[in-house]
Amino acid sequence: MKQENITAENKAFRPLNLARKISPAESAIQVLLFLAGILSIFVTVAIVYELGKEAMLFFTNPDVTLGKFLGTTKWQPGIGQYGIWALVSATLVTSFVAIFISLPLGLAAAIYLSEYASFKSRSILKPILEVLAGIPTVVYGYFALLFVTPILKAIFGDQLQVYNMLSAGIVMGIMILPLISSMSEDALSAVPRSLREAAYAMGATKVETSLQVVVPAALSGIGAALIVGISRAVGETMIVAVASGSGPNFSFNPLDAAETMTGHIARISGGDLSYNSIDYTSLFAIAMMLFLLTLVLNLISQWVVSRFRERYE
Amino acid sequence: MNKNMNTNNHYPQGQDFRHVLNARYRVATVWQTLFLSALLIAIISLMALIYNVVDGAFGYIAYEYKNDPSEFTSTPLAELTQEELAAILKENLSSGAYKKLNNEQPVAERSQADLFTLFMERLVQLDTKGTWSMTDSLMNGEEIRAEVAKKYPKAQLEFRSWLTPQFLVTPMSSKAEFAGVRTAVLGSLWLVGIAILFALPIGTGAAIYLQEYAPKNWFTSIIQTNINNLAGVPSIVYGMLGLAIFVRVLEPLTSGALFGVTDSNGRTILSAGLTMGVLVLPLIIINAQEAIKAVPDSLRQAAYGVGATRWQTVWYHVLPNSLPGILTGSILALSRALGETAPLIVVGASTFISLDPSGPFSKFTALPIQIYQWTTRAQSEFHAIAAGAIIVLLVLLLSLNATAVLLRNRFQRRW
Repeated sequence: MKQENITAENKAFRPLNLARKISPAESAIQVLLFLAGILSIFVTVAIVYELGKEAMLFFTNPDVTLGKFLGTTKWQPGIGQYGIWALVSATLVTSFVAIFISLPLGLAAAIYLSEYASFKSRSILKPILEVLAGIPTVVYGYFALLFVTPILKAIFGDQLQVYNMLSAGIVMGIMILPLISSMSEDALSAVPRSLREAAYAMGATKVETSLQVVVPAALSGIGAALIVGISRAVGETMIVAVASGSGPNFSFNPLDAAETMTGHIARISGGDLSYNSIDYTSLFAIAMMLFLLTLVLNLISQWVVSRFRERYE
Repeated sequence: MNKNMNTNNHYPQGQDFRHVLNARYRVATVWQTLFLSALLIAIISLMALIYNVVDGAFGYIAYEYKNDPSEFTSTPLAELTQEELAAILKENLSSGAYKKLNNEQPVAERSQADLFTLFMERLVQLDTKGTWSMTDSLMNGEEIRAEVAKKYPKAQLEFRSWLTPQFLVTPMSSKAEFAGVRTAVLGSLWLVGIAILFALPIGTGAAIYLQEYAPKNWFTSIIQTNINNLAGVPSIVYGMLGLAIFVRVLEPLTSGALFGVTDSNGRTILSAGLTMGVLVLPLIIINAQEAIKAVPDSLRQAAYGVGATRWQTVWYHVLPNSLPGILTGSILALSRALGETAPLIVVGASTFISLDPSGPFSKFTALPIQIYQWTTRAQSEFHAIAAGAIIVLLVLLLSLNATAVLLRNRFQRRW
């Protein structure tokens, strides 16, 4: 009896074989997790493949030539007009207006939050910016069409069309402001105290320190914020779909109505679209351009951050 | 010699020094004011936006009855019962229209409020002559009344809140006065539900893989860069992806044909929900990674120290401790999905649906889609219900975010 007990105990205390293979269940879980991890790669591949496939159908259409695509300024695939500039111009104008608004405001807000604001006022001001960042873009569209446009109408009078790029651009700037300010603020806060203290020791005022020491030291982060802001502006859809007009129009006058690349995709795909029509494939060509553009911008921004980051260790 | 040095020195002395210093202080004040005013502009914009929406959701409306209610019944409008209304509808609607109503939901089973709306909508038929914003209505009430009395002598003027309990439970209608957001809210909930069911397990799994399992090599860093990039891809591109993959390639699955559903194409709730899931996936992964990163290594080492396997360590120690962070991140991703409009348009949200979604294979509409459509209509009464719908959406988002903040404050641990 006693003997048996001891053997049982001996069995329980058998020394662990550390070289044994991990259990099958454990490896199965690992495989599942790995699959979840690489799903994101599949998503990218799927985007590139599907967009690329349909875009190829568009570009191999005998009617479409690169000369027409890049050399003309009228876009209406249904009747054989393929000048992409009609859409790109509106994207450029709205994005430019948006950055023109959001970069100075966002940077100034970031400097205030990072250099001036007390802990208490920061804890009030930052959530307000976060609320601004969390508002759905379609609501911004409503705001642009029914609040900003009437105000602009009072300023510019009849020159301003009901749907116009200026109003969409301004509201887009307000939408991007929190993004630029929070990214810039991160960059500014990362500048070490010692730099500021050195500037103060030289007799610099707070503004001189902020503008001539801290901002230059954080320039790479601010540049990254700018690039991400541009990429957001280029990809923004609902504000321009609501407020900037429906109909491609090659114009660089912000007071005009014009349709951006994103707005065009939203309007055309909203209707009943037959697959394999030239309208359908052209949308994928535009989407492909958008994807590549934002991809390049995002990659540049990541590269700028890692390449030009000042290290203070 | 000494004097010579002073003249070479560019920095002024004495009285001049004071002047320069004061000038520098003035510049400092100006800049500081500028910095602060940037924040004030942001705050004013937010307030203007909220004011604009609230302003639009309440106000005077002037309307005429196309057909006088007394043509249909002698009972005063307020005292009509359910049976009376049913009888009136049966009598006055064309038989086809009545049949259609009966097919959607038997008239006898409909509520009094529902039938009353139908009565007003189909038979009496309001004709809206104009709407006014809240500020306008409160400030210039007298003038509006005079104007309406002069222009439309038959019209009735009333102060209306476009956001009512009725607005929440009424399905869509082609007349703004009778439209509600019921189908849109239900559609949004379905979408968000499918998106989170898809993205939460996969996103958490990917985050665990990247933080706990992945070797530090070029492949892992490609995955990481790729996820960061996907988070920056415009949402409309996800819509195009959804259109190509879920709506077209996977049509047998997403239209429900595999499960015996015959009356739909690929433009279903399921397609849209999966598209949303793919869209929020990078956000969920990034947030979950942050949460997992915050769990201190000592915890893992303690688990390994007592002989736990890798998965046991993750399952019993890392996950429970990072769960609040993962959930907070997911709720934020959810609120992103709730407000997203562009991909839904591309995937093919229906423009007009008056029936509740019945399952993953039904056609869909969503709250932001309704807002978009109503905002782009020309008539001002549609702008008013768009404002009402925006308030509903913002309240939903606000409560979601409040939940996230509460969750974070309640369970957040500092190591």
